[in-house]
Parts: sequence; C-alpha cells; structure tokens
Amino acid sequence: MYKGLAIVFGFLFIGEGISELLHLPIPGNVIGMILLTLALISKLIDISDVEREAEFFIKNMSVMFIPPGVGVITYWGLIKAQLVPIFVALVVSFALTLVLTANFVEMLSGGEK
Amino acid sequence: MNSLGIFITIGTFYLFSKIYEKRKAFYLNPVLLSIITIALFLHITEIKYETYMESAQILSFLLGPAVVSLAIPLYKQREIIKAYSKQIFFGIIFGGVLAILSAFYVAKILGGTPEVLLSIAPKSITTAIAIGVSEKIGGIPALTAVLVILTGILGNAVGIEILNISKVKDKVARGLAMGVTSHGLGTARIILDDELSGAVSGLAMALNGIFTSLILPYLIKFLK
Repeated sequence: MYKGLAIVFGFLFIGEGISELLHLPIPGNVIGMILLTLALISKLIDISDVEREAEFFIKNMSVMFIPPGVGVITYWGLIKAQLVPIFVALVVSFALTLVLTANFVEMLSGGEK
Repeated sequence: MNSLGIFITIGTFYLFSKIYEKRKAFYLNPVLLSIITIALFLHITEIKYETYMESAQILSFLLGPAVVSLAIPLYKQREIIKAYSKQIFFGIIFGGVLAILSAFYVAKILGGTPEVLLSIAPKSITTAIAIGVSEKIGGIPALTAVLVILTGILGNAVGIEILNISKVKDKVARGLAMGVTSHGLGTARIILDDELSGAVSGLAMALNGIFTSLILPYLIKFLK
C-alpha cells in the first residue's frame, strides 16, 4: 500500500515542483499525471505497484469536489448579478460543443471508410 | 469544533449518495445536492466558510493525488487511443477549443465580468483539473467547480437525446463528443448506452483535461 501511495504522492510532488520552479501556468497535479503516464508506458513503473491506490483516489473523487464547491457562497453577490451570462453561456456552449464535436468526429470516421 | 467541516461534508454526501443509489435520477446528483445543502447550512448558522474549511480542506487537498491517479485509466486505455488515434487527436483539439471559446464569448456578449469569463472557460473538463486550471488563470475555483458539475449534469440528463436528435450514429464520435463536453458525468451516462462510446468518452475526458490545462493559460492571453 505504501509503495503505491509513495508513487502517487511522489509524482504529485515532482509535478508541483516543476510547475513552481519553471513558473508554468499548468497545475502541478496535471504535470504529475502526464509524468506518471509516461513512466507507466516506458515500464519505469509497473502498473500493479500503483493500481489499487490510484483507483481508490479516483473512486472517491466526488466527495473531494464538495469543499471547493461550497466556496460559491462567498461569491453569492457576484453570481446573482451575473446569473444570465453564466447560465446562458453554460447551456449554449454545452449544446454547441456536443453537437459540433460529434458531427466533426463522425465526418473524420466516415472519411476513412 | 475543528472537525465540523469534514463531518458535515462526509455525512451529507453519505446521505445523498444513499438516496441516489435508490433513485438514479440526474437531478439527485449527490455532489451538487451536498454543495447546496452545506452552503445553505453555513448561511443559516452564520458559520464562516473559513471555519468550515479548517478540516474540510483535507478533502480538497486529496484532489491532487486523485488527478495524478488519472494516469492509470489513461495508461490502461492506450490500445483505444492507438485504434482511433486520428479521431481522438483532432476531436480533442476541435471540441476542447470549441468548449472554451463558445463559453467565453457567449458569456462576454451577455456582459460577463472578466472573473466570470475565466471561471466558465474550463467548464467542460473534469472538476479536479478544472479547479486547478481556474486558479492558475485567475478565475474563481469555487464557481468553476459548480459550473463544471452543472455541465456534467446537463450531459448526463440530455446528452444522449441531443446526440440522437443530431443523428450522429458513429459510436466513437458520440463517446468523444460526450467526454469532451460533459466529462465524468456524461461518461457515466453514455457507458450505459454503448461500451465503446463509454470507453472513448472516459479517454476524451482525461485527454481534454490535459489538453485544456496546457492551452488555456496561453489561449486566455489572446482572448482578453
């Protein structure tokens, strides 16, 4: 168990270190994810060493969104004033992205046949 | 009283998860209902968000290792990436950029303030990554978190129906569009529709999370 946790936190630490030292606008955890993927592909790390621990984090990710989400109460005034741009943009962008991306990819697939 | 935050978070989530297990309706999303309930509770009891976060921040800290852990499903699905490399490569670029630009500009036209525009731009990527991206580009991570979840709920609720209306039949195209648009919650729905679509959707979610976090900070400089 501790081997897997050490790998996950190790890559998080390396990712954060790279993000901060190089002043990158990319979150350190994303850099850690990319590096861990590369380490798995290059067989530097064996999947069985980290699989169980990683799947535990992923399975329980939902509950972790709640505390940052609750933070919206501190912006309640802003959200009330911006209700229209926020929700119209959300719905329009959702529908547009879904329909156009699906059609675009279907066109790519069709071209192959 | 230090443990108040973590207790009400886990307790509330447990209750709403139980309800959701019994009735899997999209409007019973346990994360969104927990956020609303806890926010109302803090508002009524006049407990400060900072007080709540004293212990609740342990949970949000765990988003760091959770994002790193996404490497595992990504690695496991590498065969699918190879099989549909062209669709996935161009589809992610197309959908990822479109999701950002359409949200940003529609909000801008309707009078959105700069912080709202930055908070809504990463709304189509998975919550864990979106929160970090929002923070890095100067958005409001809390607002981003809620908008991301709402986008996911939309996909979960009506995504399949919209794909059917637009007459897209290709399974890879349907999965990719769903994953790029509505991340995990969309994936959870389309996987019930078709296994290949579900696998592609999960992949598209992870890859779009990476893609968006890499390009958005630079794209935003041009948008401003």
